[in-house]
Amino acid sequence: MVACAADALEPEAALRFDHGGRTLVIARSPEGDYFAMDGHCSHEKVHLADGIVDGYIIECPKHFGAFDYRTGEARVPPACIDLRTYEVKVEGDNVFVKI
Amino acid sequence: MSNEPAMVIVGAGEAGTAAAIALREGGCRSSIVLIGNESMLPYERPPLSKAILIEETYPEPKLLVTHKRLAELEIGYLVGRSVESIDRAAHTIRLSDGAQLAYERLLLSTGSRPRTLSIPVAPGSRMATLRTYADALAIRQIIGRKCEVVIIGGGFIGLEVAASAVSRGASVTVVEAGPRVLTRAVPPSMAELIQAKHERSGVRIETGAMVERVDANEGRSRVVLADGRTHLADLVLVAVGAVPNVELAQAAGLAVANGILLDETLASSDPHIFAAGDCCSFPHRLYGERIRLEAWRNAQRQGAAAAANILGANRPYEDVPWFWSDQYDETLQIAGLCREKDVPVARNLGAEGQLFFYLAADGRLVAACGFGTLRAIAKEIRVAETMIGRRLAPKAEALADPAISMKSLLV
Ligand SMILES: Cc1cc2nc3c(=O)[nH]c(=O)nc-3n(C[C@H](O)[C@H](O)[C@H](O)COP(=O)(O)OP(=O)(O)OC[C@H]3O[C@@H](n4cnc5c(N)ncnc54)[C@H](O)[C@@H]3O)c2cc1C
Ligand code: FES
Repeated sequence: MVACAADALEPEAALRFDHGGRTLVIARSPEGDYFAMDGHCSHEKVHLADGIVDGYIIECPKHFGAFDYRTGEARVPPACIDLRTYEVKVEGDNVFVKI
Repeated sequence: MSNEPAMVIVGAGEAGTAAAIALREGGCRSSIVLIGNESMLPYERPPLSKAILIEETYPEPKLLVTHKRLAELEIGYLVGRSVESIDRAAHTIRLSDGAQLAYERLLLSTGSRPRTLSIPVAPGSRMATLRTYADALAIRQIIGRKCEVVIIGGGFIGLEVAASAVSRGASVTVVEAGPRVLTRAVPPSMAELIQAKHERSGVRIETGAMVERVDANEGRSRVVLADGRTHLADLVLVAVGAVPNVELAQAAGLAVANGILLDETLASSDPHIFAAGDCCSFPHRLYGERIRLEAWRNAQRQGAAAAANILGANRPYEDVPWFWSDQYDETLQIAGLCREKDVPVARNLGAEGQLFFYLAADGRLVAACGFGTLRAIAKEIRVAETMIGRRLAPKAEALADPAISMKSLLV
């Protein structure tokens, strides 16, 4: 599934990707690698793409719960439930996500 | 429980619970005892005026910890008991069940409680305040279709309950004594935006409305204003602010003003006793003044900071204050303290929201507040918070210009 163009994001930024009733957050690491994770925070139903990316952490815009977007691990309370991550591949000009 | 002195925490809310966890995670080897006078595990209060009032299905509280986690961390939780007195000379506390406990260090995180009104209220009137899960369930049961709710006080909690109650089909009137809602908290033009949003949603807001008394009226209540106006109500919610729970500290002879008086490291006038959360007043370096906050994030972070200092970190607490409130599908966020003496600069984000930045006399950014969709305001407020913490002095023209990215001002 094409999630976005390979140059759609600056490093340390994120965007929202919706597909088939699912919503994901696509994040780009400081090194330029792409990652994909479930988009809604596990604390309340708030989209993480509206939060800031700092290193490998994406912070929820609502109450600052934070996740490691590489593994989905909840790192900072009030987020305490991990999120699911998805496989990502960059091919040519596109970022592909396996859903 | 052994008789060895323990780390004792009084009050199992956000601050106390965060402190207990931070003590253990910070390497504390002593036993840790968290004492709470409510009858359940510690839970989040913010949803009480929001999701808990609205959810279709019977709402569960959002717990801060599980029994399993408390056990893993070896935190003893004494539920449903209150601390009645502190003997500072003996380093002991006495509990409501008569037990006595020795402390090595004591943390007071007793929170605050709703302020009451000193007006005559006829017996049988259905009055409510909102602080606990039980309060929220009681309010939830009443608000619904065909029910009339009068909310005294146009502050955050009053307005959040108003939004929740109209969404459940109730007819809602907010009576506010001041000239507008949210008088002290946000700039007037932002308060107007929020007020307009409520009025569009069907909430009636009456400002300059002093409540004189509440009469009984055939099983309902009649709220009588000083100018003679009256409102019939099935429920009257008194939401006129909160007062810190300082009586325990005061009786023990600790210094207390508006809150338990702390130094920068969150120690009270007794170096063995610390405090955190809504109950305390502390000097804040960014503002050069003593402040007391009633905010969720502060309670957590201050609890954790007090724990670190109890363990010897000796660090001044200077976290940038931060607050949020949900109003319907929009959010208000405030970083720092909006003070009247500082100059507000507006940044207009169009239909999506509005931001205000406050610059102090020396040009430093000291506060930022935003109202709108999360997408529009959250990142900007987050960047502003970093700027406030770093004591940066961005140019007013740049702050006012939506075309200039906030991040680019972070230098
Ligand atoms: C309805 C509501 C909505 C809110 N919404 C928001 C929001 O949207 N955003 C925001 O930033 N903040 C919000 N807040 C504020 C936030 O919840 C508080 O700032 C926070 O809970 C304070 O935490 P605390 O630990 O200091 O006090 P509390 O959470 O009040 O905990 C103190 C606990 O100590 C107990 N206690 C007191 N005395 C004793 C004693 N002697 N012995 C044993 N136990 C004792 C109390 O019963 C209580 O359980 C809201 C508050 C309420 C009530
Ligand atoms: S919704 Fe994400 S931390 Fe609360």
